[in-house]
Amino acid sequence: MTTPRELKYTKSHEWVKAEPDGTVTVGITFHAQEQLGDVVFIQPPEVGRRLKQGDECAVIESVKAAADLYAPVSGEVVAVNQEVSDKPERVNQDPYAAWMFRLKPSAPAELETLLDAAGYEKVAAEDKH
Amino acid sequence: MPFIPHTDNDVREMLAAIGARSIDELFDEIPPELRAPPLADTLPALNEMEIARLMRDRAGRDGSWLSFLGAGAYEHHIPAAVWQIVTRGEFYSAYTPYQPEASQGTLQLLYEYQTMMTSLTGLAVTNASLYEGASALAEAMLMAVRAHKSARRIVVPRAVHPMWRRVARTIVRNQGIELLEAAYDKETGQTTPAALEAAARGGDIAAAVVPQANFFGVLEPVDELTDWAQARGAHVIALANPVAMALLKPPGEWGSKGADIAVGDGQPLGAPLAGGGPYFGFMACRKDLVRQMPGRIVGATTDGDGRPGFVLTLQAREQHIRRSKATSNICTNQGLLVAAATVHMALLGPEGLARVARACHANSLDLVSRLTALAGVRRAFSGTFFHEAVLRLPRPAAPVLRALKAQGILGGLDLAGDYPELGHALLVCTTETKDASDLARYAEQLARILSKGTRRSTRASRSR
Amino acid sequence: MLIFERSRAGRRCGAQSPAPAEGRSEIPARYLRAKPPLLPECSELDVVRHYTGLSQKNFSIDTHFYPLGSCTMKYNPRACNALAMLAPFLARHPAAPDDTGQGFLACLYELQEILKQVTGMAEVSLAPLAGAQGEFTGVAMIRAYHDARGDSARREILVPDAAHGTNPASAVMCGYAVREIATDAEGNVDLAALKAAVGPHTAGLMLTNPSTLGVFERHILEMEHIVHEAGGLLYYDGANLNAILGKAKPGDMGFDAIHINLHKTFSTPHGGGGPGAGPVGVNARLVPFLPLPLLAERKGEYRLLDEADRPQSIGRLGAQLGNAGVLLRAYVYARLLGPQGMRRVAEFSTLNANYLMAQLRKAGFEIAFPRRRASHEFIVTLRRLKEETGVTALDVAKRLLDKGFHAPTIYFPLLVPECLLIEPTETESKETLDAFAAAMTEILAEARSDPQRLKTAPHTTPVHRLDDVKAARILDLSWSPGAA
Repeated sequence: MTTPRELKYTKSHEWVKAEPDGTVTVGITFHAQEQLGDVVFIQPPEVGRRLKQGDECAVIESVKAAADLYAPVSGEVVAVNQEVSDKPERVNQDPYAAWMFRLKPSAPAELETLLDAAGYEKVAAEDKH
Repeated sequence: MPFIPHTDNDVREMLAAIGARSIDELFDEIPPELRAPPLADTLPALNEMEIARLMRDRAGRDGSWLSFLGAGAYEHHIPAAVWQIVTRGEFYSAYTPYQPEASQGTLQLLYEYQTMMTSLTGLAVTNASLYEGASALAEAMLMAVRAHKSARRIVVPRAVHPMWRRVARTIVRNQGIELLEAAYDKETGQTTPAALEAAARGGDIAAAVVPQANFFGVLEPVDELTDWAQARGAHVIALANPVAMALLKPPGEWGSKGADIAVGDGQPLGAPLAGGGPYFGFMACRKDLVRQMPGRIVGATTDGDGRPGFVLTLQAREQHIRRSKATSNICTNQGLLVAAATVHMALLGPEGLARVARACHANSLDLVSRLTALAGVRRAFSGTFFHEAVLRLPRPAAPVLRALKAQGILGGLDLAGDYPELGHALLVCTTETKDASDLARYAEQLARILSKGTRRSTRASRSR
Repeated sequence: MLIFERSRAGRRCGAQSPAPAEGRSEIPARYLRAKPPLLPECSELDVVRHYTGLSQKNFSIDTHFYPLGSCTMKYNPRACNALAMLAPFLARHPAAPDDTGQGFLACLYELQEILKQVTGMAEVSLAPLAGAQGEFTGVAMIRAYHDARGDSARREILVPDAAHGTNPASAVMCGYAVREIATDAEGNVDLAALKAAVGPHTAGLMLTNPSTLGVFERHILEMEHIVHEAGGLLYYDGANLNAILGKAKPGDMGFDAIHINLHKTFSTPHGGGGPGAGPVGVNARLVPFLPLPLLAERKGEYRLLDEADRPQSIGRLGAQLGNAGVLLRAYVYARLLGPQGMRRVAEFSTLNANYLMAQLRKAGFEIAFPRRRASHEFIVTLRRLKEETGVTALDVAKRLLDKGFHAPTIYFPLLVPECLLIEPTETESKETLDAFAAAMTEILAEARSDPQRLKTAPHTTPVHRLDDVKAARILDLSWSPGAA
């Protein structure tokens, strides 16, 4: 699966989409869901929680692993995708459509520190084991 | 060579296949300074006949006693089928069911146990055991703190077993969790909401521990205590006797919302006293807390052909996957004891277990009334008790217990060490295993001892 | 069929519970249950048939070879069970006075002494109820030691990246942060990485030796020096003690605290998940912190020490004496072996592992550390097989069940891809090992000729490969009467 060019990425395998209203949505990459295997549970952050870039904010669980998600940018959690929380298999089926939570960034400049698609592809390639 | 089947020929062939000249050569990666000399022969090897003789001599020396000890470990009749079934090699020598297709026996049994335990506790989910009751209490405290997210203080009644409180402190202390002691009512022996409030000292608390029955055997006002804690935003950790729960309202039905977590020691369900263990800890909780619950959990599923089967599930919480972020470090649990409890509960059924509970209660009422008929012996508390009670004696309990012991009777637990404020106090317990002649014998001997005055003892033998 | 589905309303075992109580009850109605609990209503025959039938669906040591690496699935001698279950031992109440249990306490005391001797430690406590509790105890004692010296900067515990999950989990339970140290290509902890990681913030290092990779830590004395120099202490995870029992002592390697898994090295039964026991041993500096109770002997009399005797003890890990029945079984086993027998455990478990490793290597399997001796276990990696055929360690494990063997440990340690950690133990004969090697050889051939057969294995067990994803997504953790 090709890495969508319009998204931004973190080294910890989250993707970030800048939405028209200034918020960002966050999900995990194809590579991440492939490593995890079938996703069985998602523990998203609470709406209203304020995060700093890099904070542990969510857990995503498969049968054989439980991975932490880290806040890609600082901001306030304004929404959680209940549909994906209820049907975690969506993350495997369509990882780039299955956003997990939405942030209102408090420091928009941080978006520039994220990886682009090519940068992320390098990270993913090194991670294969 | 005990338990090693190799003949000299086997050894020769194996070394040849490896390409080594001796077994010793296989240890050549161990630095010479670390190779230990042969062990001293202080305790030499015995063959089976010799060790059997030694063990029988020792067991014979320890003998048998008419025991009225309770205090967290209870003598109950265990039907003969229980240990015959669970010491079958297929249960006894099986491993943790990590390969479910090879372990459906164990897994189904655990699923049945989980079903029985959720019903007994009245809570939605349960795990497949922790080590025993006191450490299960500690795990419940850690769980409540994780779930609460802000407070790290927990109110614990003084009327909870002193050893359990000590164990909880040992286990939670290094995580910055503060345990606050709540007093009991001197008249009733119960814990009140006011006492919990006083212990909380106005601050936020993550949980309150509510026992049923408490260490004194007294029944607590669990509904009021549960409602108090939950109104304070705290989780309720129920500490329950599993046999009592066949008769009493279970933790899931306490107060207006039910307790959040229930733990206890499963020993009364099929585990012999055995000098202190192995027992098992049970833990049950509300459905939405399941991912915070430590220990293994079994779930039902199907195979590729639609056949029903069972697997360990939610393993991502456990140490082998989550490692430093695991809900607990627990790996080995008390599986065989859970198997025994499951068979035990299956044999007794709801009616049988309730009869055991009622018989324990009736017997203890009988014993207490016989003993309090003696001059100077009084109930310490007015609160209703389940199957144990605190009695006040006219003189220190220790010499009285020694005198009873000389008659083959273990009269109960001296509370002077842990509850000096109770004066000369003794915790006595009767289960369904005692009959009228046993109770009569105890009463007779106690009457005789109390009427004779204290006999000076020259030996400072320790009784606990 | 579940036991509940065998139940019939009103059916009971007439002889196993007391007659209805004739005495009065003082329990007010508001305390009572409204409805009876959901327990089976069966006859004794129903129950016996049901659970006997269930037992027949299990693999067990008594029925199958169980080469589970790091679990030490050796034969559980019957005498241990029979003698631990002598009636007076079973009937003993834990709160009964010490002088009513001198026979019982003598057995436990002697076990304590045997464990001291065989590990080279100064003192042993039998209190911890499992290996993981032993690990918690060890780290808690290390913490108590540093706290007692006012050395509060030490906030970090080091573990090898190959460590068993209980190690970091135990460290965190004691309030420490965990830092992982890399393993080198020969399967040992990377000394340079260790040197770089230690400092005044180091509370200690947790190690297994032989390591979880199945090989001896050859630089153990240097590692000990590095950590002690930096002011940290050393903890020994006794999971692999079977490999060196009587041949080398953790005490001699410089460990300050150790735990022993009695359900591994001392052959107490695994029981489908437990009970175990994890006694801890310490050197002189940690003695004051040992958990209670401890057994002491004076002029032939045994007694249990308590808080008055050991005011600096870290406390208690269980309300009672520990898993006493497990301790008695271990005691009987230790006496049946004697000092020479314990050494032979290490010798023959190592012989068996090296032999099996040689046979599997000849059969074409890739050994993870080909230049190293096996300890009592070794690792095979199937990563090339996976690349070649798509067959994984999981598939091989499942197919072994069809061949009548329990699978080895798979995917642990995490460092080696597609790994099988194989530990035959000393109680298995050469023929069993040969049969296992033959089965593995067949599976290797099948992987190339008919990989689908492996990917859909097992075929001959009571159920086929189970859907654990479904079990985690749709939680069905107990039966209810309404359930289909």
